[in-house]
Amino acid sequence: MELAITLILFVALVTTAIAIVVMRHLFSVVMLSGVFSLLAALLFIVMDAVDVAFTEAAVGAGISTVLMLGTIALTARSELPPAKFSLTPLAVVVLTGAVLIYGTLDMPNFGTPDAPVQMHVGPDYIAKTPTDIDVPNIVTAVLASYRGFDTLGEVTVVFTAGLGVILLISGLGKRQRRKRGR
Amino acid sequence: MMDHHLILRVVTKLLVAPILLFGLYVQFHGDFGPGGGFQAGVIFAVAFILYGLVFSLKRLCKTVPDWLVHRLIAVGLLLYAGTGVVSMFLGGAFLDYNVLSKDPVAGQHWGILIIELGVGITVFAVMLAIYYAFAGRPPALDDADW
Repeated sequence: MELAITLILFVALVTTAIAIVVMRHLFSVVMLSGVFSLLAALLFIVMDAVDVAFTEAAVGAGISTVLMLGTIALTARSELPPAKFSLTPLAVVVLTGAVLIYGTLDMPNFGTPDAPVQMHVGPDYIAKTPTDIDVPNIVTAVLASYRGFDTLGEVTVVFTAGLGVILLISGLGKRQRRKRGR
Repeated sequence: MMDHHLILRVVTKLLVAPILLFGLYVQFHGDFGPGGGFQAGVIFAVAFILYGLVFSLKRLCKTVPDWLVHRLIAVGLLLYAGTGVVSMFLGGAFLDYNVLSKDPVAGQHWGILIIELGVGITVFAVMLAIYYAFAGRPPALDDADW
């Protein structure tokens, strides 16, 4: 059953991706990229990564779709047809994909309990969370407490990104300079 | 901009409050179920962006002025880093929540609650600031062009 769901989701995901590549009408492309994110979120749920799925659904399907629509409103609503047909991008994509698939051959199967990534600090966190922190969601315990410093870094990245967008495109500096009469 | 979309306006009015409530739920229920500051900040911002999309940016700016949003970006990060500094003053390491309360487990709960709030505030403000930055520019397309 789980295999069937995964297969259906993957087929839908690949179909959406191909449709995004082929389409020239940018409004449809943005909507389809929202669908793509939602399908990815469903896949994360099948893989039992609820927190990641939640983030993907909220950020990928929700807010980035709106921001992309805002970008379209500022630019153009359809993509220009390519000047000449070229096989180089396809070759690059196929080559990268082949290398990535080759790389997964050495990896342990998905969900293997004795995979190296599960043997490092994970068991420690799972064993200690009930006594150290006592919150039912271990993801939150790891994110906010054990790895609090990493999360501080992540928030700083979000902060810096917001600062960059405000400085680059909000036109705030220009407005203030005009107010001062320069 | 959208004076003629009656259904959109009515549905938006119905939806904004539940979205805000859900954002708060995700924010403060993150210890018990999936969710946390990152997701809650985005969901909270979505409610405001939806309002701005349907009822024009001008009315959204009246509700949440952009200078406030710009300051909130820093407030969230300062709340997070400040928790670390407070825990240092109380004799622990940076971001060691055990010292925040007499009982180490209660201290952990306080620490997680506060830093998740900081994360939520920063993510909310950044999302709204990016939306303001994009939507504040004059659009190149008319309403009918879509």
